[in-house]
Amino acid sequence: MTGEQIIFLIVGAVTLIAGFLVVTVRNLVHAALWLVATLFGVAIIYTLLNAGFLAVVQVVVYIGAIAILFIFAVMLTRRQAAETGPAMNKNWWGGAVVAVLTFAGLAFLLQTWSGFSKTAAAIPSGFDAVNQLGGALTSPAGYVLPFEVASVLLLAALVGAVYLAFNKK
Amino acid sequence: MIPLSWYLILAAGLFSIGLFGVLVRRNAVAILLGVELMLNAVNINLVAFWRYGDISLMAGQVFAIIVFAVAAAEVAVGLALVISVYRRRNTVVAEDLDLLKW
Amino acid sequence: MTHEFVTSLVWLIPLPPLLAFALIVLFTNKNKALSHTVAISAAFLSWLGAMIVFWNAIKVEHFGEHPFASSINWIPTGETWLKVGVLIDPLSAAVLFFVGWTVLMIFIYSVGYHNYGQPAGDHDHAGLPPHGATVHGHTVPSIEPMYSRFFAFIGLFAFGMYTLVVSDNLLTLFVGWEIMGLCSYLLIGFWFGKPSARNAAVKAFMTTRIGDVFMLLGISFLYYATGTLSYREIFTEETLHVLATVPSGVFGLSAAGLIAILLFIGTIGKSAQFPLHVWLPDAMEGPTPVSAMIHAATMVSAGVYAVIRMFPLLSAGWHEGGPLTTAMTFVAFIGAFTAIFAATIAVAQNDIKRVLAYSTISQLGFMIAAIGMGAYIAAVFHLITHAFFKALLFLGSGSVIHGMEHGVLHTGNHKVDPQDMFNMGGLRKKMPVTFWTFLIGGFALSGFPLITAGFWSKDEILADAFANGHLTIFITLAIAAFMTAFYTMRQITLTFLGEARTKEAEHAQENKWTMTAPLVVLSVFAVGYGWVGIPEHFPLIGGLVPNWIHEFVGGTLAEHPPVLEFNWIPLLTSLVVALGGLALGWFVYKDIKSPAEDKFQIPLLKNKYYFDEAYQVIFIKPLIWFSEVFVSKWMDKGVIDSILHIFGPTTGSIGTAIRNYFDVPVVNQFFGDGSADATYWIGKNLRPIQTGRIQQYLILSIVVLVVVGGLVYFFLLA
Repeated sequence: MTGEQIIFLIVGAVTLIAGFLVVTVRNLVHAALWLVATLFGVAIIYTLLNAGFLAVVQVVVYIGAIAILFIFAVMLTRRQAAETGPAMNKNWWGGAVVAVLTFAGLAFLLQTWSGFSKTAAAIPSGFDAVNQLGGALTSPAGYVLPFEVASVLLLAALVGAVYLAFNKK
Repeated sequence: MIPLSWYLILAAGLFSIGLFGVLVRRNAVAILLGVELMLNAVNINLVAFWRYGDISLMAGQVFAIIVFAVAAAEVAVGLALVISVYRRRNTVVAEDLDLLKW
Repeated sequence: MTHEFVTSLVWLIPLPPLLAFALIVLFTNKNKALSHTVAISAAFLSWLGAMIVFWNAIKVEHFGEHPFASSINWIPTGETWLKVGVLIDPLSAAVLFFVGWTVLMIFIYSVGYHNYGQPAGDHDHAGLPPHGATVHGHTVPSIEPMYSRFFAFIGLFAFGMYTLVVSDNLLTLFVGWEIMGLCSYLLIGFWFGKPSARNAAVKAFMTTRIGDVFMLLGISFLYYATGTLSYREIFTEETLHVLATVPSGVFGLSAAGLIAILLFIGTIGKSAQFPLHVWLPDAMEGPTPVSAMIHAATMVSAGVYAVIRMFPLLSAGWHEGGPLTTAMTFVAFIGAFTAIFAATIAVAQNDIKRVLAYSTISQLGFMIAAIGMGAYIAAVFHLITHAFFKALLFLGSGSVIHGMEHGVLHTGNHKVDPQDMFNMGGLRKKMPVTFWTFLIGGFALSGFPLITAGFWSKDEILADAFANGHLTIFITLAIAAFMTAFYTMRQITLTFLGEARTKEAEHAQENKWTMTAPLVVLSVFAVGYGWVGIPEHFPLIGGLVPNWIHEFVGGTLAEHPPVLEFNWIPLLTSLVVALGGLALGWFVYKDIKSPAEDKFQIPLLKNKYYFDEAYQVIFIKPLIWFSEVFVSKWMDKGVIDSILHIFGPTTGSIGTAIRNYFDVPVVNQFFGDGSADATYWIGKNLRPIQTGRIQQYLILSIVVLVVVGGLVYFFLLA
């Protein structure tokens, strides 16, 4: 077992446990905080996958913006100080079955694929992933169009969110 | 050294946990938390396939970037909706929002 | 006028009156003047046609061998055709002559009789005789309300008679026969508001119907035996011989005899011979022109014409001078008996028309006795002369009644019967034309020697009877002739001679020219027609004028009847009975003023030997019982209705069972309601799936996705 693998296992376990706690704790603020933990775990996974830029973006965008947004929303929608009622609805066992089935199905499907157990190729020297990524995102021969469309999407989301949450009083 | 399968299984597991959360949680904001987990799992998958496939093909990472953007937009709008609903009906319990029927 | 042209003309003769009937019924009913114009024009056209045909017929030598004959195929009967057509041989030419004249005269007379030109009555109803209208305080005769209808009916009647006369086969003869039967019903019951008229009409129709049934049997049997109904085909040597020799199995008669008797029974009905004579006196309920038409000119003559036409059949197997066949004996017996029987009743009648009615029956008896004896020419001769003078007498009596009604309207006393002879008297002064023509008619009827037609024809019958040795018939007919003269003179004396016995008679008036002119015309024939039949061997005048009747009509038969030798006895007998009867009648009745003084008013005779009452008990009551009780109550309501009453409820219960056991539970409840309930149940139970909760929707969709994905993977991709 190499060090990478050990790190992966630890990080993987943390991510999964944190994710599980996200969906099970009753207190929503705790759930949001456990989400932060999960997102961190995912960022480390990105790093292990040599996608450093993505790791940073993950931390900045997801944790820095989205998780905070969640906490804001939780704050704004609290009725009392304590949460009332159970955390899960009455069909939780159905959801559990479905989740297990989904995982089993996905796993089964994936392991039939021939390339399931292949190992990573080495990164050639001089390979600048960020440079490549930047080039791909901005060159017309690359993915500039989706990039621009994505920004339009963000604009729409922005406008929509403002409108929806706008307090007319 | 880490086989691709580990990443894929991780991603599958995270996805299933997120799915579980979506289907099971009573609070609407918690449902959105579950959705975030699912999106992250998808991103892990994408980046893993980029790394273990053709590295020079940037499509994997670009797709992941776009997913980020989409996730952010979706969270923004979704939470705005939840807040709006909360203001109108004074509840964020998903079970009580049952107007999507006859 | 070629033979073919005249033959085609014969087809047209019956048509104008039929057309008149149709036009009046459909179009001109409201307009009285137009109706009688149409009718009289039609009668005139037929008269013209008849005269043309007659004129052409008498010009032809041996006309009997070249008659005007034409026929068409009518009913297909397998390989052959039943032919109908027209035939004018000497017999029908002579008959056509008198039919044409009498019909036309009666039509013209009807205009005056029904008071054309008079105002409509005060209280007149259709269906009752007119009762008079008040004009400037006087009551005057009023016009008949159903004026046009009368002309329509007599038009149809004329059509029937013409058809019968011109036809060449028994089928169309029977058609004409029945049309006249119908018209006699319609016309006798013309004043249908009177119950007596209604009953008389039914009686006439029913009685003649009885005769018609037998006639139809005879026609059917004839058709069966010979395969044809045309005279010319039946009256051939071979056919007659076959019919005469083949036994029919009934009463030992030959086929010819049986057929002849059956056909004769039709004549018994139609010509009112005993025992079917009962309808004719009651038929006096109809207006007088009807009585003239039916009882003189047409209907009863048709009966005699039919027998005369069938003479070859009747006499099949008989030859001149030999013994009579069974059929002939039967016919002669009926004729002679009826002649004397009716004459005895006529003596006791007070109604002027009743006397004439019984007189008609009696005279028809003469003709039938004549033909029964084989005296062909005599029968035809008497038929023709009788038609003329009897029509004259009836129209004359109508004129008398009309004049008396004038008197009744004048005095206003409606209890006085204008038809009762004992209310009359002295009318010769008030109604001269009527008197003289009636006198001529009466003398003709009695057989006044030499100058009246009746003498020549009656004498011929008596001579024939005597010459052929039928002495019973001779004596019977002689007594009947005596009685004829007696009651005729009684009638004339009571009506015209002496002084008026009632106020009404004093105020009687002569009638207009439309009524008196036909009387004059007919009296010309009543006098003159006799001279065309003067026997060849008659002393002094015989031989001066050829016996045209004998020559012409005799040509109808295959064998020309022989000329009779002259004998003084029948001639003297004729003279004695005729003059004696007239003298006795005048002598007895010249002083009688009321029925009480009349010795001949014997109840038996007055009540017509109680025949009507007898028939009522023997036939009519049982028949009514049969139809009312047996058929109607027992069979129809009891048996048939009971059967039907099984069907009704049975069907009802079957229907109810189907409804209760199949329709309601299976169709209604199981299928109908069941499908509705099932759909509702499915819907009700599936509806909760739509909770509105997204998480449940998501679970469902993901489950489906997983399941379908698994299925797809395992069955399609693996």
